[in-house]
Amino acid sequence: MASEVMVAASVIGAALAVGLAAIGPGIGQGIAASKALEGLARQPEAEGKLRGMLMLSLAFLESLTIYGLVIALVLIFANPLLK
Amino acid sequence: MAHETVAAWHLAGLTVNSQTVLTSWSIMALILLAGALAARRVERVPGSGQTLAEGVVDFASGMVRDQIGPGAARHMAFIGSLFLFILFSNWSAILPWKLLGLFEIPEILPPTGDINTPAALALITVAAYFFYGIRAKGLPYFKHYVKPMWIFLPLNLMEDFSRPLSLTFRLFGNVTAEHLVVGVLSMLIPILIPLPMMALGLLTGAIQAYVFAILAASYIGTAVQTH
Repeated sequence: MASEVMVAASVIGAALAVGLAAIGPGIGQGIAASKALEGLARQPEAEGKLRGMLMLSLAFLESLTIYGLVIALVLIFANPLLK
Repeated sequence: MAHETVAAWHLAGLTVNSQTVLTSWSIMALILLAGALAARRVERVPGSGQTLAEGVVDFASGMVRDQIGPGAARHMAFIGSLFLFILFSNWSAILPWKLLGLFEIPEILPPTGDINTPAALALITVAAYFFYGIRAKGLPYFKHYVKPMWIFLPLNLMEDFSRPLSLTFRLFGNVTAEHLVVGVLSMLIPILIPLPMMALGLLTGAIQAYVFAILAASYIGTAVQTH
């Protein structure tokens, strides 16, 4: 396989990896934040616990996007299939 | 935004990234120094330094108590060290290391930005929860692979592989992403614009340290608990 095709395929793959990986967790984090805000509006004195839970949940959801980012970084900077 | 190649040490037949090792040990020395200074003279009415140290210890012990249950004080050293090391090492990316370029020292990257450090921490966590699980329950610890039903065996085995992978990638990805974004922004507009991203880097660095520590505590808690 020619090297130019590999380079082009890696670039397209990296872009798709990051772009598609951001869709699902984006929706998920929106739902999590909206439920947290609803809970806060219903019970403002639970703010401390809600904030802690929300931060933790957002970090977990974020990690799914980070997996896509890591694949993109590997494809661009440390591609084992080139050279 | 190329990273300068750093000197590689060759120790006992292995090639070691000298920058990661030196930075890790400097951070460990810094944490030990801070701890020694805080604990030097413990007074009944604490000053500001002692209050800060007590706050950190209280935070870590609360985390351990929530996840592992009471009587878990011996795990606090491990979880607290994980949290402090990852916190200091993520926050070390904020300091203006480029100034050292005036002295011909190449840019210092945070050690958690090299994939080996988060991988090592994740493997240590996996070894820790195996060790604590076997120590608490003996060989019947391995019965948890077939709970709640024998058909869950492949899923539980997969989980033992996916846990260190997810810990590694979460930590490495966050730190490297922050580093790359700040680097690219500094290349485009060096004045003032990278500042919001660096502030976000402070926040995500702290959150990732907390998430890693609380996940480690939760894995140990799941391994040790006896229903």
